[in-house]
Amino acid sequence: MKTILKLESVSLSYHTKDGEVPALKNVSFEVKSGEFVSVIGPSGCGKTSILSLIAGLIKPDEGRIVFNEKEVKKPDKAIGYMLQRDELFPWRTIEQNVFLPLEISKNKDASRKKEVLSLLDKYGLKDFKRSYPQQLSGGMRQRAALIRTLSTSPDLLLLDEPFSALDYQTRLAVCDDVYSIIKNENKTAVLVTHDISEAIATSDKIIALTKRPSSILDIHVTETDKTLSPLKRREDANFGKTFEILWRELNDEN
Amino acid sequence: MKTNEKRSEKQALYLKKIKKNKIFVNILRVLIAVIFFGLWELATDLEIIDGFLMSSPSRIIKTIGELLADGSLYVHVFTTLYETLAGFILATVVGTTVALAMWWSENFRKIIEPYIIVLNGLPKIALGPIIIVWFGNGINSIVFMAFLTAVIVTTITMINGFLACENSKIMLLKSMGANKLQILTKLVLPSSLPTFISCLKINVGMAWIGSIIGEYLTSRQGIGYLIVYGGQVFKLDLVMASTLILCLLAGVMYALVSLAEKLFLKKY
Ligand SMILES: Nc1ncnc2c1ncn2[C@@H]1O[C@H](COP(=O)(O)OP(=O)(O)O)[C@@H](O)[C@H]1O
Ligand SMILES: [Mg+2]
Repeated sequence: MKTILKLESVSLSYHTKDGEVPALKNVSFEVKSGEFVSVIGPSGCGKTSILSLIAGLIKPDEGRIVFNEKEVKKPDKAIGYMLQRDELFPWRTIEQNVFLPLEISKNKDASRKKEVLSLLDKYGLKDFKRSYPQQLSGGMRQRAALIRTLSTSPDLLLLDEPFSALDYQTRLAVCDDVYSIIKNENKTAVLVTHDISEAIATSDKIIALTKRPSSILDIHVTETDKTLSPLKRREDANFGKTFEILWRELNDEN
Repeated sequence: MKTNEKRSEKQALYLKKIKKNKIFVNILRVLIAVIFFGLWELATDLEIIDGFLMSSPSRIIKTIGELLADGSLYVHVFTTLYETLAGFILATVVGTTVALAMWWSENFRKIIEPYIIVLNGLPKIALGPIIIVWFGNGINSIVFMAFLTAVIVTTITMINGFLACENSKIMLLKSMGANKLQILTKLVLPSSLPTFISCLKINVGMAWIGSIIGEYLTSRQGIGYLIVYGGQVFKLDLVMASTLILCLLAGVMYALVSLAEKLFLKKY
């Protein structure tokens, strides 16, 4: 599989009036096309910063980020960003919400719009196209947010703790849901989470970060059965083993 | 409508209770006005209070009748309405535009912020003499007064509304490659619509204050003029009648804005 994303010795500091906040130190990793990669680490360690860098929203102080063999300098349509909360606009219907990225990129292609609508149909939002976000459940809203992210047909999805705002039951179900859509659409994904189980259940590869200023603690390749859904994988024998290893690593470090 | 069919007895009772309470509140509202005006009328009839100084409901109605009969009421109402509306619209347009510029350029915002704070604290009536020198003894001065009273509040309310827009949503749009204009039109403006409507509500009140103050300072016609004139020639009937008309006009205008609010804010 070819490498789609590469971080090369990336360092980043935030500058505030109270001083310089070093966030990332010498972070390097690779993501291959079709992979599902998680980034875990304690809260405030710089996980969101990594995604913002990949999305081209901020620039690294040192190092570079290469996506599809080009250095990332500004936001790219081929990268979709999904945030912790669904951030659907309450004054837009679900249909208008998922078309938003197309409007922003001034894509007037009718066939693209049709494909986006068919995504809504395919993933259970057919009857809610004309509904407003307030009328949907948390899980459905997150699904709508995912379809919005998919509307410009990106190669890479960045997911910033997309389930953490949901209650535990819903979280497991929506995680399964989102995972299956991502796999179904053959997308590459980088998921940021502070939930070790979630990372093991979904990922091919887990990047564990130290506390701030973060560098890479360990890159762990999971050995669970990838044909299973995330929920099923939690019962896999390797799940517990991996959990323990990561748990100890993160605790020893922090 | 499924719930309607299944409405239990308790639900029906509950709804009935709410309805009863509403009727009770409405009756009391009317009753208070009736008692107030009734006692007032009675007290002047029995000469407990001086009708010449305090006027009375019947005198007020008579005065309004006279104003209607000689047609002068329309002129006065129209004048004040025009001043208020013109000041209101100007203040809304200018205030919102300045707030937009403040949102667009952070430096511009920082630079003019202290001026806005000072102007906000300044009683606008203090500028009356200057305004009259600049705009003359007439309707333009009054429109400007109404404008001035409402414009600062508009600017402050609107810029706060624009800035309250969630940062995470801005980040989301940026990640889609949105430019500043797109962030403004797709996110900041629509999300500020509720603020804008509540700002209109405040502005209506502000513009009334401004136009009446303006008429107190310099005018030949208008409701504010009638009030001042009535006071000067000791026609308290005229003062009271004009005040009552002013209450009605302000109430109607507020109701119109509230109606607009209901129409526009369904989705928020
Ligand atoms: N815009 C910013 N300005 C200053 N400091 C920031 C900014 N964004 C993040 N930080 C700081 O950088 C660190 C990493 O933040 P973040 O990437 O959001 O962490 P995480 O997503 O892992 O919780 C935190 O300590 C945070 O306070
Ligand atoms: Mg974060």
